[in-house]
Amino acid sequence: MNMDEHTQHIETLKPPATQGVVPWMKENLFSTWFNTLLTGLAIVFLYVILKGILTWVFTEANWQVIPANLQLFTVGTYPRAEIWRVWCILTLLSALVGISAGIWRGLTFRVSVGIACVLLCLAVLPFELTTRAGFLGCALLMAAAFSLIHFTKQWHPGSQLRHWILGTWVLSFPVMMVTLHGFGENAVPTTNWGGLLLTLILAVVGIVLCFPLGVLLAIGRRSSLPAIKWASTVYIETIRGVPLITILFMANLIIPIFLPDVELDKVLRAMMGITFFSAAYMAENVRGGLQSIPRGQYEAAQAVGLNYRKTMQYIVLPQALRSVIPTIVGQFIALFKDTSLVTIIGLLDLLGIARGVMSNPDWLGLQAEIYLFAAGIYFTFCYAMSYISRQIEAALGVDTD
Amino acid sequence: MLTEKETDTENREPIIVCEDVHKWYDDFHVLKGITTSFQKGERAVICGPSGSGKSTFIRTINRLEEHQRGRILVDGIELTNDLRNIDIIRREVGMVFQQFNLFPHLTNLQNITLGPVRVKKMPKSEAENMALALLERVDIQEQAHKFPAEISGGQQQRVAIARALAMEPKIMLFDEPTSALDPEMISEVLDVMRELARSGMTMLVVTHEMGFAREVADRVLFFDEGVIIEDAPPADFFDNPQSERTKLFISQTLQH
Repeated sequence: MNMDEHTQHIETLKPPATQGVVPWMKENLFSTWFNTLLTGLAIVFLYVILKGILTWVFTEANWQVIPANLQLFTVGTYPRAEIWRVWCILTLLSALVGISAGIWRGLTFRVSVGIACVLLCLAVLPFELTTRAGFLGCALLMAAAFSLIHFTKQWHPGSQLRHWILGTWVLSFPVMMVTLHGFGENAVPTTNWGGLLLTLILAVVGIVLCFPLGVLLAIGRRSSLPAIKWASTVYIETIRGVPLITILFMANLIIPIFLPDVELDKVLRAMMGITFFSAAYMAENVRGGLQSIPRGQYEAAQAVGLNYRKTMQYIVLPQALRSVIPTIVGQFIALFKDTSLVTIIGLLDLLGIARGVMSNPDWLGLQAEIYLFAAGIYFTFCYAMSYISRQIEAALGVDTD
Repeated sequence: MLTEKETDTENREPIIVCEDVHKWYDDFHVLKGITTSFQKGERAVICGPSGSGKSTFIRTINRLEEHQRGRILVDGIELTNDLRNIDIIRREVGMVFQQFNLFPHLTNLQNITLGPVRVKKMPKSEAENMALALLERVDIQEQAHKFPAEISGGQQQRVAIARALAMEPKIMLFDEPTSALDPEMISEVLDVMRELARSGMTMLVVTHEMGFAREVADRVLFFDEGVIIEDAPPADFFDNPQSERTKLFISQTLQH
């Protein structure tokens, strides 16, 4: 009884109300004369910088160079007559993204909205009319595919469709590669692949393959079998001790010397170099996650009767990978940017093409415009990855502190 | 009472047999020749000072620790390096840990269904029904869809007991199940263990809860420095201990 009376007297207070704009500014910007001075200086500094940049961007810069060379930037020296294949791939991807957004919603939906917005922006920019129509078409197709799934959802069973779409995604990659390459007389050799197309292919292949390889290496390095443990350790430490440029050179020059009878495609060799290089770093990131799993988790899994593989699959890896998502995505971003190193073995990725355009006599002296454009593209993709990673972390409830 | 119990146990078969079990951590001799056996349905409490080898001993029974000499037979199967035997024995032996060791990325329900679904290939719906029944048995059915981090220590330990029971084990091992709990949560876990004891489960319990030992156990084993010093029914163990070491231990534990 006493307890009840006692608890009734304790008030539960609401936290103090959040303040408005003016008190916030007073507290954070003008709290002392020194902070006021700093705020003033910062405003002046920002004004000078922004004024310079904006004036240059809108009045002095010659942006003509971008639409005039758009095809080079996007697909490199891919023959103009065969460019419809790239559009086929974009169409397929747009449809898949739209369908996936309809099925998975949430994050997938937000990402697809982002992609659609980028496509619409591209459709507004002063490119050739057919190109703009193509971008608009892709955006509309994406919306149509989404609507189709969204408004018919009561008629199809969710989980089965999911499996089909996941399968289609996996299958779509080889299909796209074959479409790009083609057969017989009309085949486009990979030496003609370039620009953003090549950058994206190298990055996607590298990311998709280095992840499972890295996980296997990380598990291997912690194995109790000495042969596997040492092989993994030697591989990881050797690769980590060598710069990517060296590995790309080796893939380009040394593999043909050792295997003179095997004709390996140059792009394929670059893919292998990037994948094997990233796998070693991935392994170390994943190993960090594996080390954070307490021994008790293994013991509990064993006591429940799970064998080694199932313990890894259901208990250890889900927890370990979740805890290292930020580092893993950081590495994906690094990999994406590192693909620009393939220029040194003669492949023309986005940056390689950019350098080529700069040395074109028609467009001399436009380095700033071209570099800014390339930087904008790299930033868009890297920021998208970073955004997706943060959303996944939030969805999984990973501790952010 | 006592004679009844004795004749009762004589008729039963031993489910765990240990013969001269030795175990070393590097050069440190933890178990120095343990020879004993446990009957089906027997409830044994194992106590002793820390470092006496009592936890190591019960962990050798489901091969979380490997013994280096001697023999251990569980339900007629000898524990060797043969992985198949280890798998079979682990299915028959459930274990509850001092630190609960629930899987934090799974809900309480998923913690329980994981073993039946992934090891026994039980259909998911069937496993979930069984898990809900088990959660009801340990009296926390309303926490099924929460994560372990969202419930109290006592509740976590009860989920851990339900997780072990979900594999329908013949033997349950408890490694200091109440040592990591706040005092007010100890009794809720002991209640579940009492209920389990009444149901006829074979239980080996490492614990400092002497009240529980006196009330529930058929047998109390006292470990010190890797050997069994005393092995007697609780009445004899507490009221008439044979060795000086046991007397000292009992007087120290009962003082507070």
